[in-house]
Amino acid sequence: MDAVAQQPELEPTWGAEADDDLKLEVATQWQLMWWKFRKHQLAMAGGAVVIFFYILALGAEFFAPKLFTWYDKNYVYAPPQQIHLIRDGQLAPFVYGYKFERDPKSYKKTWLVDEETIIPIGLFVSGEPYKILGLIETDIHLIGPLDQDDPFYLMGADKSGRDVFSRIIYSARISLSVGLVGVFISMMLGIVLGGLSGLLGGAVDNIIQRLIEIMMSIPMLPVWLAIAAVVPLDWSALDVYFIITILLALTTWTGLARVVRGKFLSLREDDFILAARLDGAPGMRLIFRHMLPSFYSHVIASLTLLLPGMILAETALSFLGVGLRPPVVSWGVMLQETQKVAVIAIYPWLLYPALAVIIVVLAFNFLGDGLRDAADPY
Amino acid sequence: MWRYIARRFAYMLFTVWVISLISFILIQLPPGDFATKMVSQMLSGGAREVPPEVEAQLRAQYGLDQPVYVQYATWIGKIIFEGDFGYSFTYKRDAIELIFERLPMTFTISLFSVLFIWVVALPTGIYSAVNKYSLSDYLFTFVGFIGLAVPNFLLALILMFLSYKFSGQALIGLFSPEFADAPWSLAKVLDMLKHLWIPVIIVGMAGTASLIRTMRANLLDELNKPYVETARAKGLSELRLLWKYPVRHALNPFISTVGWTLPTLVGGEVIVSIVLNLPTSGPIILESLMQQDMYLSAGFILVLSTLTVVGTFVSDLLLAWLDPRIRLQ
Repeated sequence: MDAVAQQPELEPTWGAEADDDLKLEVATQWQLMWWKFRKHQLAMAGGAVVIFFYILALGAEFFAPKLFTWYDKNYVYAPPQQIHLIRDGQLAPFVYGYKFERDPKSYKKTWLVDEETIIPIGLFVSGEPYKILGLIETDIHLIGPLDQDDPFYLMGADKSGRDVFSRIIYSARISLSVGLVGVFISMMLGIVLGGLSGLLGGAVDNIIQRLIEIMMSIPMLPVWLAIAAVVPLDWSALDVYFIITILLALTTWTGLARVVRGKFLSLREDDFILAARLDGAPGMRLIFRHMLPSFYSHVIASLTLLLPGMILAETALSFLGVGLRPPVVSWGVMLQETQKVAVIAIYPWLLYPALAVIIVVLAFNFLGDGLRDAADPY
Repeated sequence: MWRYIARRFAYMLFTVWVISLISFILIQLPPGDFATKMVSQMLSGGAREVPPEVEAQLRAQYGLDQPVYVQYATWIGKIIFEGDFGYSFTYKRDAIELIFERLPMTFTISLFSVLFIWVVALPTGIYSAVNKYSLSDYLFTFVGFIGLAVPNFLLALILMFLSYKFSGQALIGLFSPEFADAPWSLAKVLDMLKHLWIPVIIVGMAGTASLIRTMRANLLDELNKPYVETARAKGLSELRLLWKYPVRHALNPFISTVGWTLPTLVGGEVIVSIVLNLPTSGPIILESLMQQDMYLSAGFILVLSTLTVVGTFVSDLLLAWLDPRIRLQ
């Protein structure tokens, strides 16, 4: 397999006009994987959704109509508005305004659609100013009301009159990056410890394997809860964020370590490794040039399947109130409000962040599944 | 076999020891100790001032002025020999009482979930493998994916919302109101079983989904093997053939996953019962952690994890008994 991988220069001259069989034979390993991956339509769709969400997270200021801290206390718990596209036979998107009635006894507000008030909306409207990637100052938002003082709640408002839609977009930033940072640390631990275990064998292998077994047999959720709950209240949001990520990483590297160890163990005996060893390749070159590249793809697939677990764990911790804390906004933090069934029953739109979590996790699972199938294209 | 059991048992003891260390560290983590807690409780209880000598005396009485390893030894010694897990400030009771009250329910739900997973995953997995790429196979795969991707606490939230919306009553709690505080009786057990299936399904969902997939994959591997062909050629009926050979081979993950999924199930039960407000360990663990009632929460985590590890140990033994290849490794 390595022999083929080392001749990529053959491919461009032959690939274009050659028939399919020949093309298949001279293709590099990564090309074969891509071809196999491409056939897995669910995985392709999953990949597209994942990329979409990361773009959303990167450009949150632009995609979200409001800043995540923005609020209007006149519109507490306002229900979602529906977008209407056609007005007077012309394409002029708008939403209806709000009016409310107060219950004379309980003084409770009931929101109604006010069909008299028409709030024109548009694309690329100017709203609150922000900086693109922290550099260029602008006030253009992808979507919003033409007059930025008009109410615009695509997914309703929460208890402080903040825009749920905008906050879901901003949350993608934290929720998706917790996964990335955590997976990175987890990957380091997994490769180093799994590698040591598989390469050295003997006592080291035994100790690391026992460690993994111990970690896997302890129910982690209560332990996460415990450690997260004793994080001092005066720590900054950033510190808490890092503690949570490290915590998640420290408890999830075990699966990957097992994969890496298994791969090293089986590769040690493979012919091409023996050949390289006979050629006099030193140990480091053996590991980094010959062994690691042959299972990068497996590592990537395992990591993709690890990510949704991290996202879910962060969501669960924050949802219970022991994870990230406001003013940091993540999907789990947003879901904190839905802990009481009475709240969900009256304001069901507060469950929208759950929908985002489910879509992202499902997409990651499909993507990871496709990658795992494609990781071994032979 | 005995050697295998002895080795496994030693590993288990070691794991339990590590768990006890983790639990003890949890007690030490929050600022202040038992004595400061006592003093602040006396102050809030009406005492005008508590002289520092009293605090020092309390500290000496509970051995809190000793080095940490001595404290650990006293703490674990009391648990092992006297069953004394310390005192809960929030409930003003001994931690052990609360643990005995709540923990059985957690394990009832977790064990029922294991049963649920088996009962659903076995036939579904076999059916999916035998009717590969049929419409129902695709359907099960799809449902399985959803089951894997939707975290159980979100599932609980959504079910709660739907049940409230359609029946006007939230599916929370384990007992009907008239039984909530009643002493145990046959009627109460029956009432509990009526409520139990909801958390059991929610907790078992992800496990079922993954076991269906494993079962299907394992059986598919076995179905192509020559011995199946041979049995078929000898004229064995399809159903008998299936049950007699390949299914037996494919059954291994059923036993081994008990060990693997038990920690996840227990963790899942904890969070689901917080959402559904079930009278199990979940809500009380969260509450004691929030209140930094550390003896109670550490006790819960210690017992919960230890029992989980013991469960894993038992499933390992079962697996070794079923599959001789494992104990020879």
